[in-house]
Amino acid sequence: MARYPKPASGSWSEHYGLGTGTVSYADSISPSFFELERGAIFERAWLHVGRVEQLAGPGSYFTHDLAVVGSSVVVVRGEDDEIRAFHNICRHRGNKLVWADAARAEASGTCQEFACKYHGWRYDLEGTLTYVQQEEEFFDLDKAAYGLLSMHCEVWAGFIFIHLGEPTQSLRAFLGPMVTAIEDFPFAKLTSSYRLRSVVPANWKLMIDALQEQYHAPIVHRNQRPENFVAHAAGFEALHYEIDGPHRMFNTPGIRPWDLPDDQIKPSERLLRGGLFGPWDEPDFLAETQVPGMRPGGHERVGVGLFEIWPNFAIQLWERGWYHTYQHWPTAYDSHVFEWNMYFAPPKSARDVVAQEMTAVSLKEFGLQDDELISSVQLTLGAAGLTDFPLGDQEVLCRHLHLTAQEWVAAYMESST
Amino acid sequence: MTLLPSEFADLEPFAERWCLASEPERWDRRLESSMGELRALYEAVFPRVEAIYGFLDQHPLDELPDDARQLLNLMLSFVMVSFPVEVWDDPRIPDVDQVTLTRVASPRY
Repeated sequence: MARYPKPASGSWSEHYGLGTGTVSYADSISPSFFELERGAIFERAWLHVGRVEQLAGPGSYFTHDLAVVGSSVVVVRGEDDEIRAFHNICRHRGNKLVWADAARAEASGTCQEFACKYHGWRYDLEGTLTYVQQEEEFFDLDKAAYGLLSMHCEVWAGFIFIHLGEPTQSLRAFLGPMVTAIEDFPFAKLTSSYRLRSVVPANWKLMIDALQEQYHAPIVHRNQRPENFVAHAAGFEALHYEIDGPHRMFNTPGIRPWDLPDDQIKPSERLLRGGLFGPWDEPDFLAETQVPGMRPGGHERVGVGLFEIWPNFAIQLWERGWYHTYQHWPTAYDSHVFEWNMYFAPPKSARDVVAQEMTAVSLKEFGLQDDELISSVQLTLGAAGLTDFPLGDQEVLCRHLHLTAQEWVAAYMESST
Repeated sequence: MTLLPSEFADLEPFAERWCLASEPERWDRRLESSMGELRALYEAVFPRVEAIYGFLDQHPLDELPDDARQLLNLMLSFVMVSFPVEVWDDPRIPDVDQVTLTRVASPRY
């Protein structure tokens, strides 16, 4: 018996026209499908790479690996305050231009220009080639033709996105009305950030699956709470699911640990007023965080809203005025880099620092359980010829993700023949 | 030479091992510790939390003197051991073996 109303058609899956049949997971075990995803998905969609707060002033920059297209991006704020993105490649002989201590590591900082570590060619913050060592040794070198290769770069709600191909839509149009409805959430005020990174030995879509359904939560995370914690015993239902183009979201009522009796909560969580469901004490600007777009189903009491932004980014808003993001960067058909960033109001006291740390530490305990579990899916997925699986209605977003990936690849194959 | 403020002499025996400035150090220390060591820290800090906050509240967060900063780092180690002591009964997370999830950035105070 459903606790929360479902659409008139009887299920979320049917309501959104996704069917009820088995879903193919051949898209998660195939090197050749992954080769197609590079062009079909990652060169055709806007991709989030960072926040504007990472670029505090002119000359601030950060790099990000783009293994999925064998590249790296450098994002920089220019003297004119514009944010630009370039392929992080020296035009001389293709060296990775900007890096700090380790060639494979991402870098950030502030500079007046970019200087290649190989032969010292220099570029200004707008990507123009300004200096060639021993220029007279070169043959008719037109420096104006050897600037850094730029990428399309647009900003929405402080989130910086790039496009690796030729966009057919502006970023805003690509995000669509369901996602842009949360743009008034005060992201810019939540500057106390914690960043976690993991190399997950599994296809990028399998990890998104684990984060966009909570059907697994009472099982995988069963030991997270004191054993008499009963909220999970009845299974899981979302309040609402919404799909808009390639993007998708759900709302859950969440758990309000501050309302739970002592025997259902970790003693340290009550003592330190923070944990898995965030810091208990809300920021001064809590009212600003209560954006109607967080709960498109119109439910009054919403604890969590997870917005999965196609293809590999997600924003999760929490009722007490904080948020976190997930991002998944494929490196192979069976491996990806998972980035998990948490954002809170600037702490005013040690109590706030500790409550935020409780949240970051608790989420890591959860995240590691998901990571290990997802690696176990990859180990056997596809074995014995099993690629088609039954998905329940609480897995409607998994159904949508795989069908969307398969559609985008099919459209790409059609357009390239 | 002590690390912590003199008011917290009772916690000084834990200071050298647990006053760690970064989450990766605290995580590694947790995994290399016995449950006995984790419980000892937990039980020593738990009843002192309000006193610790009272001390730390005397200074703005961005101007903590060295001994107060060490006290805050000890609190963050208390946070790190809370799951092993209260929930897992193990320094490790059950069913987690090969994967890692690394804190690569934290706020600076």
